[in-house]
Amino acid sequence: MPHVDRIAEPWGTRTPYGPGEPWPVRVDSFLEAGVRAQDVERWVQSATILHSNGDGLDIAVKDGRVVGVRGRAEDRVNHGRLGPKDLYGWQAVNAPDRLTRPLVRQNGRLVETDWDTAMERVAGRVRQLLDEQGPSAVGFYTTGQLFLEEYYTLAVIAHGGIGTNHLDGNTRLCTATAAAALKESFGCDGQPGSYTDVDHADVIALYGHNMAETQTVLWTRILDRLAGPNPPALVCVDPRETPVARAATVHLANRPGTNVALMNGLLHEIIANGWIDERYLRDHVVGFQELRKRVHDFPVEEAARICDVPPDALREAARLIGTAQRLLSTVLQGFYQAHQATAAAVQVNNIHLVRGMLGRPGCGVLQMNGQPTAQNTRECGADGDLPGFRNWSNDTHVRDLARIWNVDPIDIPHYAPPTHAMQMFRYAEEGSIRFLYVTGTNPAVSLPELERIRSILAQERLFLVVQDIFLSETAQLADVVLPAATWAEKTGTFTNADRTVHLSDKAVEPPGEGRPDLDIFLDLAHRLDLRDKDGAPLVKWSDPEGAFEAWKECSRGRPCDYSGLSYARLRGSGGIQWPCDADRSGGTERLYAEGRFWSAPDYCEDYGHDLLTGAPVSDTEYRALNPDGKAIIKAAEYVPPHEQAGGEFPFWLTTGRTLYHFHTRTKTARAPQLQRAAPEPWVEMSPADASRDGFAEGDLLEIATPRGAVRARLRITEMRDGLVFLPFHYGYWDLPGGCGPGAGSGRAANELTITEWDPVSKQPLFKTAVARVSLVEVCPGTPSLAPTTTASRPVSSEVPATAGGAEAQAEESLP
Amino acid sequence: MNLDLVIRELHRSENELAHVLLRMSERHKSDHETYHVARDLASWCHDHVRALAEAGKEYGLDLDPSPAGDPSMVERLREKAAEWLGRRPEPGLLLLADFRHLYLAASGVSLDWELLAQAAQGAKERDLIELARRCHPQTLRQLRWANARLKESAPQALAS
Repeated sequence: MPHVDRIAEPWGTRTPYGPGEPWPVRVDSFLEAGVRAQDVERWVQSATILHSNGDGLDIAVKDGRVVGVRGRAEDRVNHGRLGPKDLYGWQAVNAPDRLTRPLVRQNGRLVETDWDTAMERVAGRVRQLLDEQGPSAVGFYTTGQLFLEEYYTLAVIAHGGIGTNHLDGNTRLCTATAAAALKESFGCDGQPGSYTDVDHADVIALYGHNMAETQTVLWTRILDRLAGPNPPALVCVDPRETPVARAATVHLANRPGTNVALMNGLLHEIIANGWIDERYLRDHVVGFQELRKRVHDFPVEEAARICDVPPDALREAARLIGTAQRLLSTVLQGFYQAHQATAAAVQVNNIHLVRGMLGRPGCGVLQMNGQPTAQNTRECGADGDLPGFRNWSNDTHVRDLARIWNVDPIDIPHYAPPTHAMQMFRYAEEGSIRFLYVTGTNPAVSLPELERIRSILAQERLFLVVQDIFLSETAQLADVVLPAATWAEKTGTFTNADRTVHLSDKAVEPPGEGRPDLDIFLDLAHRLDLRDKDGAPLVKWSDPEGAFEAWKECSRGRPCDYSGLSYARLRGSGGIQWPCDADRSGGTERLYAEGRFWSAPDYCEDYGHDLLTGAPVSDTEYRALNPDGKAIIKAAEYVPPHEQAGGEFPFWLTTGRTLYHFHTRTKTARAPQLQRAAPEPWVEMSPADASRDGFAEGDLLEIATPRGAVRARLRITEMRDGLVFLPFHYGYWDLPGGCGPGAGSGRAANELTITEWDPVSKQPLFKTAVARVSLVEVCPGTPSLAPTTTASRPVSSEVPATAGGAEAQAEESLP
Repeated sequence: MNLDLVIRELHRSENELAHVLLRMSERHKSDHETYHVARDLASWCHDHVRALAEAGKEYGLDLDPSPAGDPSMVERLREKAAEWLGRRPEPGLLLLADFRHLYLAASGVSLDWELLAQAAQGAKERDLIELARRCHPQTLRQLRWANARLKESAPQALAS
């Protein structure tokens, strides 16, 4: 069987195919050194968890250990393929420094203890605060990396039991704008498109989405289309020269903070040329006239001037998009983590609405997610929303949820929107949130302006609980640390960015006393003695399947309907897309076929917002605007970013991912092949900027903003002038300092980022801050260690190519 | 015709509202959304002030097109806020008080635009009708923002 170094070749071997043809199968696998396929004792079904793509895989087990992975040929998402993070990342499960016992803080130090002591401290503090202050003292900050069953249980505990409005996930950083944009345009969350749209599209537009690095297998699907007959044309909007930009027919590298101007320019050109579906607009859409008026001020020259892109390139992009027969658009952090995030993402939806291109093969929008289970955080309500896409400002929806939970509606906080993560940290800073329970995420590295975040987390008056699998930077600041089981060590389901539900079965035991997150939540509910209104236990299940069955009932009749699914159906399947009920037992490939939406006033999840101020639209206003439940076109005014590059801070700073790491590297840095591919942070600059300042490849630079400074070695890449890029993965846990820079120089990109967020989605801005750059040390002949295979590809041909060598030989099997 | 009276009053009240917004932005620098959105919204008031000064020329007014401050008014407002709060130091309560005042100030401006639009229609002054049509919706958006922020801030500030 052929072996491929998947560090050197992240997307593997091409299997070309043409429009409308099935994507060929290619099964990728990687096993521990010395283990052959025939040595594997069991293959246990699961899916990938180091990105949002949701690729089906089987976990190889030998002697009670995970020893490798293999893609599932029959899975609808990946047809057998796996990305580098999936092939090598599982090794973190076996890492020797996993947390194995609960820890509590004693005399300023974290010491090992037993579960009973640790959980009693947690529950005792909650009880005490509920007596003293009430539920407003208690906050939960979760993740996009647990399982559906865990999120739903957490939502029931927080909303139905404790009664706090302070519940959010780190999905606020990755996918909040996707949800917000879908709610604005379609009245409800829910991904309109399907990955299979790649098989049919003739034009694919990627907005701020470096898919090649964030969803490698979906990008492989596009690469295979590009290698086949009648390939699609690609439009790429990104200030960096990413692998997507290199493959694109048109690449628009717009100035940071100008996405809305760019979108308005595209829409202006599309409308002016009459590339619109009048009939679709008349029958299925409200709000078009307002858009026509708004984009009138954005002729191509004007938009191109604001965005600093060539007018002809903008015109050509509009022509491709405007004349596409089957248009697929995807959106990610370049829009979501930027200024005017929701307004910009909504304009992508608007393009599909004016063109009438939804709900048909090849005609889809993918407002992407960053994390593997972010979709479940959203639908189960662990991001603070009400479960099942219920509308918190619709009393009937709240009553319905109260009926399912058997509680009084007044016990479910619905007097205001849920408290978003950034606001929770603000309340903790002010001192009104005094208990924060963090699960599976690392805010001490991932939130903006880290000096502020560390000072909030380190406060004496804040009781911090961290539930994780490693002693992360955040865990080091905690009062109680709870050791969790992870993927492969527990059973549950999760849903990817195109609504595909996978079951992930338990393959091995967690190390030491580690427990599944679900069991820890159930323990907490038990200790708090949470009851329904008849005095029975509020949480009525005791295992994952019980939680899933409860969730099915909660989702029944709602857009994200799981009632037709079961563990038995998912086991052995190739993934099933919700909604799935008795009438749609095979699931639903695309939403919004024939222009039917979930936006009727009595059914919709959200009435929408003012895209500039974030003020919610009222029930009455929404009924007047959209009585018949059509799609909603929302126009947006362009507003320049609040920080402007120039003077003391002449550069724009943007942060992002690299292909080889995930989140704050807690797992990927513990997989040797991935860690070696991108071992330390770097800073990217354009050749013109570097030569003007006299910097060379590999020089050690200091990057500073009004918030702080970090040091990194320079990688010179082909990207926009006036921009510096830093990867956000690198923190301090693997340095002597531990949880912060200490007296040394910082290296976490978020030392620099600004505390500001989109007023609608509340997603923080990681893409638009201003910075200055200075030389620390000239390092001739020692290039930066940034990957050469990705957007950080060097201009210089003298940098050694990134490769994984003998230890990274993965198998590729082509039938 | 007393259109000049309405324009003059609106010019004053838009200036005042801009001041309330900017003052609020300064006071709540550590409440980041308030800080940024309040500044964005103040720029609308400045735009309205300029447009009103221009429109006023037709009616014999010589209004300053550049936004002006009124320190005495701000002082008054701060006093009122302090009064209502009983000089409580909590930032959440201060924020609430400031949004409450913003709401009231924006209501006044909205009312003035209503008056101007009515007067302009009575007098068949097309330019003024158009001006009100352009500016008043933005005042309503400012008002809705204040209302929304009041609703979401109140439970934590008052029920903790």
